Amino acid sequence: MDPECARLLPALCDVLADPRQPVADDTCLEKLLDWFKAVTEAGSSLLLLQDHPCLVELLFHVLKPQDLSSRILSFVLRLAGIFAAQENCFQYLQQGELLPGLFGEPGPLGAAAWAAPSVRSGWIQGLHSLAQHPSALRFLADSGAVDTIFSLQGDPSLFVASAAGQLLVRVLDLALCGPAEGHISLQAWDWPACARKIVCHLEDCLRSEATPRVTQALHVLTTAFGHCHGLWTQGLWVQLSPLVARLLEKDPVPAPHALVDLLLSVARSSMLSSDPGLWETAAQTLSRLSPTQAGPLAAGILKLQDCPQALRIQAFGVLLQPLAFVLEATAQAPGMPGLLEGAAGDLMAVDTLPPSKSACVGLLCSALAHLELLQPLPQRPSPWPQAPLLAAVVAILRLCNGSAAPNSEAGGRLCAMLGGCVRVQRAALDFLGVLSQGLGPQELVTQVFAILLEYLVSPDSSPTVLKKAFQATLCWLLSSAAPPGCCDLEPYAQLVLGELLSVLRKRLCSPCWEVRDSGLEFLTQMTRHQGGQAGFRQALLASEVPELTRQLLQDPESYVRASAVAAVGQLSSWGLLAAPSSPEHAATPQKTPLEELLLVLTTDSEGFPRRAVMRVFTEWLRDGYADVAEDPERFVARVLQAASGDLDWEVRVQGLELALAFLEQLLGPCGPSAVAPPGALAQALQALCRVQLFEFAFRSLFDCDRPVAQKSCDLLLFLRAKAIPSSNSQEAGDGPDVTSVEAALRRWQAGEQGQPLGELAPEAVLAVLRSMDLEALQDTLAESSDHVERSPQSLLQDMLATVGVLGDNEADCY
Amino acid sequence: MCHVRMEQKTTAWKPSIWNNLGLSETLLAREYCLSGHPTLPCNVLKFKSTTIMLDCGLDMTSTLNFLPLPLVQSPRLSNLPGWSLKDGNAFLDKELKECSGHVFVDSVPEFCLPETELIDLSTVDVILISNYHCMMALPYITEHTGFTGTVYATEPTVQIGRLLMEELVNFIERVPKAQSASLWKNKDIQRLLPSPLKDAVEVSTWRRCYTMQEVNSALSKIQLVGYSQKIELFGAVQVTPLSSGYALGSSNWIIQSHYEKVSYVSGSSLLTTHPQPMDQASLKNSDVLILTGLTQIPTANPDSMVGEFCSNLALTVRNGGNVLVPCYPSGVIYDLLECLYQYIDSAGLSSIPFYFISPVANSSLEFSQIFAEWLCHNKQTKVYLPEPPFPHAELIQTNKLKHYPSIHGDFSNDFRQPCVVFTGHPSLRFGDVVHFMELWGKSSLNTVIFTEPDFSYLEALAPYQPLAMKCIYCPIDTRLNFIQVSKLLKEVQPLHVVCPEQYTQPPPAQSHRMDLMVDCQPPAMSYRRAEVLALPFKRRYEKIEIMPELADSLVPMEIKPGISLATVSAVLHTKDNKHVLQPPPRPTQPTGGKKRKRASDDIPDCKVLKPLLSGSIPVDQFVQTLEKHGFSDIKVEDTAKGHIVLLQEAETLIQIEEDSTHIICDDDEVLRVRLRDLVLKFLQKF
Repeated sequence: MDPECARLLPALCDVLADPRQPVADDTCLEKLLDWFKAVTEAGSSLLLLQDHPCLVELLFHVLKPQDLSSRILSFVLRLAGIFAAQENCFQYLQQGELLPGLFGEPGPLGAAAWAAPSVRSGWIQGLHSLAQHPSALRFLADSGAVDTIFSLQGDPSLFVASAAGQLLVRVLDLALCGPAEGHISLQAWDWPACARKIVCHLEDCLRSEATPRVTQALHVLTTAFGHCHGLWTQGLWVQLSPLVARLLEKDPVPAPHALVDLLLSVARSSMLSSDPGLWETAAQTLSRLSPTQAGPLAAGILKLQDCPQALRIQAFGVLLQPLAFVLEATAQAPGMPGLLEGAAGDLMAVDTLPPSKSACVGLLCSALAHLELLQPLPQRPSPWPQAPLLAAVVAILRLCNGSAAPNSEAGGRLCAMLGGCVRVQRAALDFLGVLSQGLGPQELVTQVFAILLEYLVSPDSSPTVLKKAFQATLCWLLSSAAPPGCCDLEPYAQLVLGELLSVLRKRLCSPCWEVRDSGLEFLTQMTRHQGGQAGFRQALLASEVPELTRQLLQDPESYVRASAVAAVGQLSSWGLLAAPSSPEHAATPQKTPLEELLLVLTTDSEGFPRRAVMRVFTEWLRDGYADVAEDPERFVARVLQAASGDLDWEVRVQGLELALAFLEQLLGPCGPSAVAPPGALAQALQALCRVQLFEFAFRSLFDCDRPVAQKSCDLLLFLRAKAIPSSNSQEAGDGPDVTSVEAALRRWQAGEQGQPLGELAPEAVLAVLRSMDLEALQDTLAESSDHVERSPQSLLQDMLATVGVLGDNEADCY
Repeated sequence: MCHVRMEQKTTAWKPSIWNNLGLSETLLAREYCLSGHPTLPCNVLKFKSTTIMLDCGLDMTSTLNFLPLPLVQSPRLSNLPGWSLKDGNAFLDKELKECSGHVFVDSVPEFCLPETELIDLSTVDVILISNYHCMMALPYITEHTGFTGTVYATEPTVQIGRLLMEELVNFIERVPKAQSASLWKNKDIQRLLPSPLKDAVEVSTWRRCYTMQEVNSALSKIQLVGYSQKIELFGAVQVTPLSSGYALGSSNWIIQSHYEKVSYVSGSSLLTTHPQPMDQASLKNSDVLILTGLTQIPTANPDSMVGEFCSNLALTVRNGGNVLVPCYPSGVIYDLLECLYQYIDSAGLSSIPFYFISPVANSSLEFSQIFAEWLCHNKQTKVYLPEPPFPHAELIQTNKLKHYPSIHGDFSNDFRQPCVVFTGHPSLRFGDVVHFMELWGKSSLNTVIFTEPDFSYLEALAPYQPLAMKCIYCPIDTRLNFIQVSKLLKEVQPLHVVCPEQYTQPPPAQSHRMDLMVDCQPPAMSYRRAEVLALPFKRRYEKIEIMPELADSLVPMEIKPGISLATVSAVLHTKDNKHVLQPPPRPTQPTGGKKRKRASDDIPDCKVLKPLLSGSIPVDQFVQTLEKHGFSDIKVEDTAKGHIVLLQEAETLIQIEEDSTHIICDDDEVLRVRLRDLVLKFLQKF
């Protein structure tokens, strides 16, 4: 502890112990605890208490009958726990009978303060901290704390109840782990009394008819198997698994969610997953729980690396069941292979979906979401029923938009329940997008494109659904370009594209900005991937989409303008932004895309479009876009001039990014060594001076927004590495006089940014770079801006000051 | 006057009162359905001796069978070939013309009237109008059926209804057509015609449009009402209009007596558009809810359609094309103009002119601004700023929206393309729209956007085929959809729902869509054109007033806690559907029989009244009492209505039922009296 903190500590302890000076801010106490924890972890708690008797006094102070606030009481309980975590300090505190006074019957346990949840929570957390050594275990056993913890499991405060469960696990672990672990029997009846007591309690709970008690026990076990890896966990599972299995005999099965959590926790534990009984219980659970309850278990099982194949098949069946039902209910003619055939055989009867709309929608959405997560995993079930899954998703989407015409009664019911349901539509479209990685039979792929087009065309598609439909369409279009990336789209995809562009044309005129925005995003992505393909180029140029995109640069909504900027950037990169054909524009010379985007950068009132322009420009510079490559210097100069004056710090950061790209083009890419050859370097520096890159970079170095300064620092470091060999870095002998430059920089640092830098010669730049301690600046910038305020000293001062202010306010009130 | 509700639990009262009143005829309420069109209803409700016509809709889809009436000579239409039978017989070629495989009647368009034969319409006491679209048949009813009653409607309904009728008459009268076709209506000939003419119903009753004179006369019979205003009809029922949220001044109606309530829901909307929101709360506790005028396009969401409308409009105009919007002069057009007001600047369409062409365009735009009290809250508050409630005022001020009575005159000077034109009639058979269809139909740059849901757009376009212009169908129907209906019914919980048969099954084209029908418990009762429906409730109670002096003379006896009974001897006086119990005339003192009494002065025969009995006979205790009094061998049998106590020895049978007890014994009067007295011990007398 530094001396200044040590000096402040007694005053703070006085304040904390004084009920007339309430601490206004709970977070201060939390920070204080964090600090004490750090201090005790770094050194001896006993020494700390001996050096600072005020702390011991504070702890003892609580024992006196008085009107202390519950938050201080809770704080002291937790603080005592932190100190007592070290055995010698525990014994030191025990000598003064402090711990029984705090955690035993005479303490807050029996007092009125116990009614406050924060005190009960502090009590548990204090014990949790101190339960680290055998003495603590004896203390816990002798003080009767364990019984109190049992009762706190049912506490009305969920935080307290949950912490009580965790404390039980901690106590069990303490009792059964440690040096004697090797001798611990796998039979629970040989365990220490304290552990036996907890196990008996858990058994009682599992046998109980009251669901909340069962839930408590399951939560404790889930925590134990999830967090503890001692041998004893095996013994515990052996002891309790029959009781867990017996829960499945009840109707309904109590606490299904907690049960699922427990089984997954056991299955993931390397100590326990070898138990064949576990898989049997899991299998039974899958068949006993409703599809909605069993879904998370099934998904969890399928994500496991290692589990019996039969169980995996069963679990997959659970996830597929809702989709299989949909498929069956909407089947136009028998003969279509069912989803469950082959996957789960006839283990699961496809019977009914939940009767209520919300339950049915919830089940379908969760099944779709689980399958979506499963699809890309290497351990996903094999064979993956790609075709029936595609058929099922298409059927769901048809039910949602009302275009399905099922003959069966179940189909009719589904139609009524899913019609217009946005949640299901979104989940199904997400999954459909993921399924594009697997393709499928041509006939189904055609259906996929047909339903996607229906969604894109339908005026009833909500903006969020439309966005997902665009994303899924993109996935399918890209996956149907075969072989990937080098060939045109398949003929049917080409057909789809024609219709798609006509839809896109209309969507870009939508009165709803979200729709225009997702349309533009789709166009940008599509162009990025397909801009070089003849089929795509032809279709796009024949449509009015490029012209509409250009018009959207003037959209009233800034997000749309930003997306339009990105789209225009992509389109013109690929030469797809043809001059407008309408006669009214023919008279006036058309601006080039570069000019249009520069206009956005200099005039747009919102940050998003300007940031988008900077991204496009950086990309253009890197990719050698024709208009830029013509005269890159002029381009960079214009852009940097605009960016340096921008009020948005992200635009300025982007400006530096563009400057970096320019540097890399002149001096070669970032590399471990690679000092540029002198000739090239001189030319490059000349160019950099001409575009006034240094003025921008130096100015940014002292930018009030830290990311800008950091970026600039990185850029200058890169330049220095390229320009000045490391052996030469300290050499500042006969360089040019840079005092005026340095003076200007100092003034900038002081906040006088208006000061001009004047003409900079390359030599002067190099000299300034040599003289600047950029590394130190980088370190300073790397520290978060509140690093000064976060010191413990500052915390103590703040707390004392707040109390003082409170006092003043009181006086004012009189 | 004191009001006593005669809630008799004993059965003795009710039959006697009903019988005395001779009201058994009117116990049932009936509904006569005169229109087959669920959104253009015309029903007659007979309820408590009143005959009420609910709406007076005119089915104009019949006009789709006719050729359009062009404003200027159209060589294309006048050169269409005549239609001849398969055998080459061309006797109909003057009446029927063929265009792109469809056959049209070349005559003045005619309308399909509500049924006039089902009920004598001269007996209709009142007509209640729910919105301006549902009154278009009014002149046919009020001027040609001997109708002498009153029509009730709100002021905006009447004013805008007048505009719609005026526009209709104007559209048809300004293009006089000499020819009137009637040959094709002959049943034997009609059979030979191609569809849809072959299947057209009741063509013989189709009529030409009314005249302005008839319109004025019909409208003069309307009495204006305000929302929640209670109107007494002959003292028998009270009718009240409630806001229905669909259009300016649109109403639902409550028709109620003291103990029965019928709600008539016609053309309602829960969406926030320009009219006052729908009053749902007042519809609660209805015995019967008659549900008509739901959305015609249940699968189209009005918001999406407006979006679609705007996108297509912008797309066309940006390409240099013109947009034609066939529409009515009032209603959705206000909302469309408001959406466009917000949209045109953002879509860069500020320089595009919008034209609204209708003989009543000016009045419609101005009327909408003055009916502030009938508007939604937002628009009402604008009036106090003061600002015009609708933004189309600003569009007019800034010259973005211009309106003209017709294409002739000023319009031709101002006309600039590309442009957007709103004009009627949505059937595309008459009005200025015919001209624009002819003018713009040949170019694929132009677009016609259908927003009114009343006509099938494909049928409307049939006489213009082949057509190069793009056609977009964005029907905007803000009336209730089936999900909203189901919520509404859950909210207001009527005992019974009555609706057109079209609402009780999914649409024929989407037979699997079980969600596209009215779903309620008990299932809705349905009706169809020319059908009479007994409404599913019986009137049980009638309110009777008791004169104070008579009420004073009553001596109530408490027979159960909270329930008192009193016997009443009175004269029931009934006039104007009001019933009053008056004290009986005092018995005149005998005057020695010198004067001859007139028969009418006779005092009603007051028989000596036996005491009235009440209570019930507990069988077990009764049997015990019988045993106590020496009867043995008693057997009790349960029957459907009560019990039979058999005294086998005495060969006697006592039948105990809920409201009667019979002692059946063989002429043993002593025994009967003894038993009667034992029975009476268990009953109270008063």
